[in-house]
Amino acid sequence: MNSPTDRRYSKEHEWVLTEPQGVAFVGITDYAQDQLGDVVYVDLPNVGDVVNQFDKLGEIESVKAVSDFFSPISGEISETNGVLIEKPELVNSDPYDSGWIVKLSSVDGLQLNNLLNSQEYDLYLSEIEH
Amino acid sequence: MLNRTPLYKTHVALQGRLVDFAGWEMPIQFAGILAEVRTVRSQLGLFDVSHMGRIWLTGSDAIRILNWLTTADVSSLRVSRAKYTLICNDKGGIIDDGILYRLGEEKYLLICNASNRAKVWAVLTAARDKQFNSVELDDLTTTIGMIALQGPFANEAMNDFAPGIVEALRPFQIRRAEILGQSMLVARTGYTGEDGFEIMPESTVCPEVWYGLVERGAAPCGLGSRDILRLEAGLLLHGSDMDETVNPFEAGLDRFVFTEKESMSSASFHTVLKHGINKKLVGFLMVDRGVPRHGFDIIKGETIVGVVTSGGYSPSLDSYIGLGYVPIEAASPGTLIHISVRGRLVEAQVTTLPFYTRRKS
Repeated sequence: MNSPTDRRYSKEHEWVLTEPQGVAFVGITDYAQDQLGDVVYVDLPNVGDVVNQFDKLGEIESVKAVSDFFSPISGEISETNGVLIEKPELVNSDPYDSGWIVKLSSVDGLQLNNLLNSQEYDLYLSEIEH
Repeated sequence: MLNRTPLYKTHVALQGRLVDFAGWEMPIQFAGILAEVRTVRSQLGLFDVSHMGRIWLTGSDAIRILNWLTTADVSSLRVSRAKYTLICNDKGGIIDDGILYRLGEEKYLLICNASNRAKVWAVLTAARDKQFNSVELDDLTTTIGMIALQGPFANEAMNDFAPGIVEALRPFQIRRAEILGQSMLVARTGYTGEDGFEIMPESTVCPEVWYGLVERGAAPCGLGSRDILRLEAGLLLHGSDMDETVNPFEAGLDRFVFTEKESMSSASFHTVLKHGINKKLVGFLMVDRGVPRHGFDIIKGETIVGVVTSGGYSPSLDSYIGLGYVPIEAASPGTLIHISVRGRLVEAQVTTLPFYTRRKS
C-alpha cells in the first residue's frame, strides 16, 4: 500500500490536503473505506461551522454500520462535497480525489505537525494490520 | 470456538470477510455487499447457507407433530413440495420461521434459522416425548451442507452443472438428484426474491459443488448481500422483524397460518382473530435521505408510535427502505411517518410489500 505523498494523515484514517491561502480538503483514507465497506450515506456538516482538530466532523454510514469521522485539522467548513448526497459510493471508489468530504478555510499549517506523512501512515497501517 | 461450515476453507481461499453469525464463522462479503446484491439481481450468486438448521422428521407421527407445532396445513403438503411456515408458542408468539419440505410419505425436512436451531430442537423433542412418540428426529446440520444458487442465470448454470434437474423442479419443489456421482437433495427455494436452487450435498462434497457452480459463472456472495436481498423481497428475518413477542398476524404473515386445525398455538390464534391486532409490520420507503436501522423509533406527529425492525440502502430501488411495526391506523400504504435517525427526524412513507419483485421470464 502506498498512500498519496501530497497530504497528511490522522490515526483515525482521515486525510488532509492543504492548498494555498489556508484552504484544505478532507476525506477518509483507502484503508478506512475498505474497513467500512460500501458507503450508503454521508452525514455532512453545515457550511460555516467551525471545527477543532480531531473533533467530530460528521458520520459515514456503510451497509453494516455508522462511523464518526473526525477533522484532521482545525478550520471553518467552507464547502461540503454535495455529490456524495447522490453518490456516497465515491468515498469507496475514489477516496483520495472525487470522494473528498469537506473543504476547510482558515486552517493552520502548523497543525500538520500533529499528523502523519504518507510514509508514517503506511507504516502505521502495516502495524495495525499485524 | 465458532462453528465452521464445510466451505470454511473455500471462503478463506476466496478471501471472504468472515464474521461471527449466530455462533458460525460465516462470510459477510466477498467482492462487496452492494456489488453482490447487484450480481444476484442481474446475473447469479452463490451463498453458503450451511449454518441453517436442517432437521429430518421420519415416522408415522411426523405429519402430526408438524401439524401440532407449525402454522401450516401440513396434511395438504404433497411429497416433493415445500412450504414456508412458522413455529409459534402457545401465546401465538413466533419461535422461528422456516421451510418445510415433504421428502416422502412419512419423511419431512425442516430448515430453520441458525440462531434458533437449539430452540426448535427443544420444542420438537419436547413434543415428541410428550405425545408424538412415533417420530424420529435427526439434526443433520453438521453432516450435510447447503448451498444456495440464486439469480436470473440460475437455470442456465444448473442445467450445465447437473442436466435434467431444472425441468424436474418447479418453484417450491424438492428432489433427490445425482450430482458429481453423489446423491443429494436439490430444492427450488431461496431467500433472495430471485429464482434459484438450494443444494444439500454431504459435507465432503460441498467444495466441489461450490467450485463447479463458480466455474459456471456464479459469484460467491456473503450474508451481507443476502440480508439486503431478502429485505428488498419483503422477506422477514426472525430475531429482527419478528420474535416471540409478536404473532403472525402482527407480522403480516396471516396467509401462512392455517387456523382450521388444532395446534400448540391455535387457541391463541382464535383469540387474536376475535379481538384483532393493534400493530402491524409494514414496509416503508424513506422520502428524505437517511438510513433506517433496527431499533430506531417511528414517529407519527410528535409521538413515538413504533419501531424499525430492518432497514438499509436498497441498490435495486436506489433508495433507503425499511420494515417496522406501526399502529393499525398508521399501517395503510401512503401514510407519512418519520424515522428518528439518531435524533434527526426523517420523513418516510408506508408502502406495499415486497419492495422488489423479479420480472418473470
